[in-house]
Amino acid sequence: MIRQINRVTTVLILLVIALMLNVTFLQFFEAKKLRNQAGNQRMLLTEYSRQRGEILVNSDPIAYSQKTNDELQYLRTYKDGQTYASVTGFYSLVYGATGIELKENDILAGNDSRFFVDRLQQMLANRKPQGGAIRLSINDAAQKAAIKGLNGRTGAVVAIDPSTGAILALVSSPSFDPNLLSSHNSAAITAEYERLMADTAQPLLNRPLAMTLPPGSVFKLVTAAAALESGKYNAESLIDGPKEIQLPQSENVLGNWNDKACGTNNQTTLANALAISCNTAFANLGMELGADAIAEQAKKFGFETSFEVPLIAAASRFPSSLDQAQTAMSAIGQFDVRATALQMAMVTATIANDGVLMKPYLVEQVLGADLSVLEDASPAAISRAMKPENAKILRDMMVGVVANGTGSNAQISGVSVGGKTGTAENTPGQSAHAWFVGMAPSEGAKVAVAVVLQNGGGAREVSGNALAAPIAQSVMRAVLGR
Amino acid sequence: MAQSQRRYRVSTRRSAELVLLIAAWLIGVFAWILVDASTGAGAFAGWTTLLSSGVLLLIAHTVVRTQAPYADPILLPVAALLNMLGLAMIHRLDVAGEQRALANGSPKPTPDVYAQITWMALGLVLFMFTLTLLRDHRRLQRRTFIFGVVGIVLLFLPVLPVIGTEINGAKLWIQLGTLSFQPGEIAKITLAIFFAGYLVAHRHTLALVQNRIGNFALPRPKDVGPLVLIWILALLVLIGERDLGTSLLIFGLFIVLLYVATGRRAWVAIATLLLALGGGLAYLAFGHVRIRFDVWLDPFAEASGRGFQIVQSLYGLANGGIFGTGWGLGYPQLVPFAKTDFIASALGEELGLTGLIAIFILYAIIVERGARAAVATRDPFGNLLAIGLSTVIGLQAFIVIGGVTRLIPLTGLTTPFLSYGGSSLISNYILIAILVRISNAARAPEIEEPKVVNA
Repeated sequence: MIRQINRVTTVLILLVIALMLNVTFLQFFEAKKLRNQAGNQRMLLTEYSRQRGEILVNSDPIAYSQKTNDELQYLRTYKDGQTYASVTGFYSLVYGATGIELKENDILAGNDSRFFVDRLQQMLANRKPQGGAIRLSINDAAQKAAIKGLNGRTGAVVAIDPSTGAILALVSSPSFDPNLLSSHNSAAITAEYERLMADTAQPLLNRPLAMTLPPGSVFKLVTAAAALESGKYNAESLIDGPKEIQLPQSENVLGNWNDKACGTNNQTTLANALAISCNTAFANLGMELGADAIAEQAKKFGFETSFEVPLIAAASRFPSSLDQAQTAMSAIGQFDVRATALQMAMVTATIANDGVLMKPYLVEQVLGADLSVLEDASPAAISRAMKPENAKILRDMMVGVVANGTGSNAQISGVSVGGKTGTAENTPGQSAHAWFVGMAPSEGAKVAVAVVLQNGGGAREVSGNALAAPIAQSVMRAVLGR
Repeated sequence: MAQSQRRYRVSTRRSAELVLLIAAWLIGVFAWILVDASTGAGAFAGWTTLLSSGVLLLIAHTVVRTQAPYADPILLPVAALLNMLGLAMIHRLDVAGEQRALANGSPKPTPDVYAQITWMALGLVLFMFTLTLLRDHRRLQRRTFIFGVVGIVLLFLPVLPVIGTEINGAKLWIQLGTLSFQPGEIAKITLAIFFAGYLVAHRHTLALVQNRIGNFALPRPKDVGPLVLIWILALLVLIGERDLGTSLLIFGLFIVLLYVATGRRAWVAIATLLLALGGGLAYLAFGHVRIRFDVWLDPFAEASGRGFQIVQSLYGLANGGIFGTGWGLGYPQLVPFAKTDFIASALGEELGLTGLIAIFILYAIIVERGARAAVATRDPFGNLLAIGLSTVIGLQAFIVIGGVTRLIPLTGLTTPFLSYGGSSLISNYILIAILVRISNAARAPEIEEPKVVNA
């Protein structure tokens, strides 16, 4: 009987080992899959039961978690939610997270591997993990100036520190209140979300990053840069700029906005063409340079690339396989050229930064739960888009635009401001998009800004100088503190 | 005599038992404190409860010291540790219930942990009674058939009208006034005694060989009767009470004892065939068996319907991961029946893979120590009874934990010593008392041989 008893014992122990192998499979190998299974509310409950980290502007928490009495133990709260919504995004029970809440979730939720030691201590102390904080590169004054300037009109503002790529303002308008989407009442969340989705002004669209529009005349900066970089042009080079031109192999006639020739003998310097935004001169210039040269230059400025700031920005596009007429139209930012406000701010920042394109970023610092610094932003150059001397020529030309050209509304007394207006034709029957890009001060710039009002933000008379330049001016003043 | 000289060399190991018991109690207390600290359940309100559990364990230890001084020193502490962990988890789930009631504004539910500690007290008292009254386990052998009859009656009590009660679709309970009781839990012990006693008497007959296939010895066809009877008994439990777990446990126990008693693997083969046949019939005939089986194959097909329990259990285990969320920091209350059938998944969530494996090892230790007593005891009845009782603990733990972790289809059984429930806790303490008694006989230097009467 002893032998049989030993055998039975072996079988029973094997059963226990089978249990062990099974739970090892479940809790180790399958755990991740099970945790992410649709319908598993534990991940959500776990996330909500932790104190999620703050999102800071300077030392001011603009998103933080407050203790509650309900089952979801912390409520995400946004201070000045409308102002920062395009950056923070929301943190919703029903719709998940967006913006920084989504992109920096590992930090905010405390899951990042950098919290390993913290987690170990918390585990030994039988405490719940706490999230780290994110400090944004946002300049509070610039962000507020931008949202105030847009004042609910459909549009976008992006401001960048040209020397680092730090995003100082990122505004989408009209905005939304992330508090209403981050509550613990799923019925109220759903109602608010449905309302926002039904709104034709698309408040949930992150315009500065996601909306690509024809850049119109602000794109002339790219064409001008291509001309300077070709080595065949300088600021004083003469270009044909008649009242209108017949586009090759086309019925279309392209004219200037004032129906006048851009200079005597139908000729203009490159600098003057930019200052008065001469369409015919830039169309001719584009056809001279060829589509490939412009496309190449656009690419060096960041076109065709989707940037993660860490929010994902749509790639801006310069069309390919163009005929001469299309090249002419594309050279002035029409036809199928599409750019985000972020992209046009990057073009301007690159010109301001002596031709070096910096990687744009929103996260200045990653902090631990105790606000100790875990990581500082490390500014990185993406490419050299222009020679420094050409960048300098183009900056001086842009100063001319603001000082005595189409961009007069961006002037700041005592500061040399460079800029470029744009009024982009769109679908016939709809108002044009009003653009302005600018930099201040023009040498050693502290800020480069792009403003766009979609369909003129509702205005009937659309002009970049009238609508967009004043907003750009107030944002630049906010950064400069003037 | 050599034997009387040896008496003084055998160490009783009682101090080891005491140290282990204190350690088991402290682990339980520590778990309880962690639950209170992390849930904010208040300034450690359960200290009287915990103190009384400690006193009870000390008294139990004293009784072992006087009544069974040579007993295995591991069995009681391991059972106590499982019991203490169960108490802490039931308390933790009580706290979750209170917090939910608070959030919903509904009345505060009655905590279950105080009832459980009362059952623990009763269980330990019966442990001491059993140990004191049962001076020699062989006395059980004289009443083999009485135990058999009692076991069968107990098994079928819940089917009777008036006292039988159906809870959650299974008729496992009897209701006596306000007290509900699960007689199947006691039946597993009396049936183990009955099987052991019967097989000791008939093992030589049952081991007889008539035919061989190769070197595989087949028993005589006319000896198949008892096995078929037990098979029918198990099927009746399944049909009458819809209790797949108890049915499986009783049949499994009989197979094991039949094999140990006769040494014939053919019995295992025949029994396995009968088990497959019974399982097949049950699958075809009964909706509830079919549902259990289908849900086992694909619980996610109806994750919010029939698969809800097991899916929630798997989510809990996954949430626990390797090290667990920590006491009071997971969501074990999301799993239905977390205090009873699904307590293993609750522990798996908060203590993780490491904690669960530790608990499995505790069951393995009970099985191993029981088997050791079975091997070492000097009489065949003791051999059979000890391995039978070890099998009951091991098999029951496997059936229920395997069920809630989706290793095998889910069947309702309590998790020995962990689950909330009086019948289960009391029976398991009695079971451990008998094992302790047999282990004492195995290790004691000298036993007065009473006359053994074959039943």
